[in-house]
Amino acid sequence: MANINELQRISTQVRRDIIRMVTNAKSGHPGGSMSSADFITALYFDVMKHDPATWTRQGKGQDVFVLSAGHLTPMYYSILSRAGYFPTSELSTFRLLGTRLQGHPCIETGLTGIVQASGSLGQGLSAAAGIALGKKLDKENEKVYVMLGDGECEEGQIWEAAMFAVHQKIDNLVALVDWNRQQIDGCVDNVAGLGNLEEKFKAFGWETVVADGHDFNEILAAYAKANELSGNGKPVIILFNSDMGHGVDFMAGTCEWHGKPTSPEQCERALAQLEETLGDF
Amino acid sequence: MAKKYTNTGNKDTRSGFGAGLLEAGRKNPNIVALTADLLGSVKMDAFAKEFPERFFQCGIAEANMIGAAAGLAITGKVAFASSFAEFVTGRVYDQIRQEVAYGHTNVKVCASHAGITLGEDGATHQTMEDIALMRALPGMVVINPCDYNQCKAATLAIAEYNGPVYLRFGRPTMPNFTPEDQVFEIGKAVCLNEGTDVTIFATGHLVWEAVNAAELLEAEGISAEVIDIATIKPLDVEAVVASAKKTGAVVCAEEHNMCGGLGELIAGVLAANAPTPVEYINGGDKFGQSGTPAQLLSLYGMDAANIAEAAKKAISRK
Repeated sequence: MANINELQRISTQVRRDIIRMVTNAKSGHPGGSMSSADFITALYFDVMKHDPATWTRQGKGQDVFVLSAGHLTPMYYSILSRAGYFPTSELSTFRLLGTRLQGHPCIETGLTGIVQASGSLGQGLSAAAGIALGKKLDKENEKVYVMLGDGECEEGQIWEAAMFAVHQKIDNLVALVDWNRQQIDGCVDNVAGLGNLEEKFKAFGWETVVADGHDFNEILAAYAKANELSGNGKPVIILFNSDMGHGVDFMAGTCEWHGKPTSPEQCERALAQLEETLGDF
Repeated sequence: MAKKYTNTGNKDTRSGFGAGLLEAGRKNPNIVALTADLLGSVKMDAFAKEFPERFFQCGIAEANMIGAAAGLAITGKVAFASSFAEFVTGRVYDQIRQEVAYGHTNVKVCASHAGITLGEDGATHQTMEDIALMRALPGMVVINPCDYNQCKAATLAIAEYNGPVYLRFGRPTMPNFTPEDQVFEIGKAVCLNEGTDVTIFATGHLVWEAVNAAELLEAEGISAEVIDIATIKPLDVEAVVASAKKTGAVVCAEEHNMCGGLGELIAGVLAANAPTPVEYINGGDKFGQSGTPAQLLSLYGMDAANIAEAAKKAISRK
């Protein structure tokens, strides 16, 4: 079991990184980055078998992570760099001309750790299913994790992939949903209600786990449960209940910060609520 | 003297794809195949029977199929994903754009039933916009073979090529006239017939019509060069420019509409390198309709007689 305090310290720094990156870039998506920061920190710093030094896009011998909700690059790049995939100093180039840290993940700039381009929503679950099938063909035991936004589940392709993963018995696939119930135009329930997402995936034949996406004890227990459920002929999904903008009082619980950067003043107010634990980039 | 080509018996280009895929699958254990409930129609059945563990039936869910193919390719597989041309281009353009082209994955998008010669199914299934869509994607190789033998050879060639490819073929049986033992070179135009008065650049099923047009023209004392543009992207610019400079008049023939296909491509290349009168044989700015392939080629002005007329018009504009 990982040290919960250490994970908490890392994710607090990730939130600082997120705020500073979008402020510096004057653009980007802080809201969902902050709702998913805790469970993706746990994934990279405790759960996944991975090694930045020997990482390749093919993912041989390692667990693989695909970010389907590609706009959450502030969180993703921060965690990748804090995990050692590239220097944290590069976070200052996020979204600026010539950067390897494009607004949405891409392959073209050759950034270590990125497995697939994303940004056009609803596609990552299919790609992850394909990677998981490739691992099965190669008789590899490692898993494929893929993170989806809840609003993203409005895309029909998610449900195509959900059926495919069950039909093909892709049981080395673990999907993670950032269930923050917000999307650009408002609350998911008001925009295009998804109903009970857990029951929907269950009905499609998935093993489901629900956890508090900001409680590291629950997060780690959820990953342990997912690990237990894997390998039994069905894909697994963990739905993490979360708050958009979590960690900063004026950003929490609203869709307002989906794709809006903090101003320099707002950045200062936010950083005052987030301890610098690992050293800013 | 127009070179005489012999039709060794009508065959469908999709069966050339199926035969090529099976042979490629025997050579390379990393080849995988996916389809969206069209196993028999796209001729993947022999591959699926021989390599069931490497075949993935995706059901009627093309978007997921493209994504899954990209995922398999990421792990080192050569992923052949196939359906009808409309459903693996227009329906999934964004998936191909992000997962295959921008994602730089080794996916072969294999499109059967392309063009108006699909016939009786009508316009919903007869895409004549696919070349334009696929050409527009950075880095995408676009190949449109002219007959069974060439389609088989092209399938084998793209299996060896590492990168995104769009391979376009058709449903009906059509003359099979190119060599059985040919080696397909991606990006190389194939000169079928040397001539001096006019060049006919043709692609896909219309290459046979172009060969026949050259014979019609020869009977009238006109020497037509026929060049098979099997690879539309990257275009063999050198061959196109050299032939246009030699003959000074050009016809572009394709089973595609007028927007963004072979005709506009060649006209653009010639405008920049060797301005030449160009006439077009294509589906215009129209949708298709039900009918037999031969009826439709005639109705839409895409048969050998139409090509010969266009050639004379191009010559008259010199």
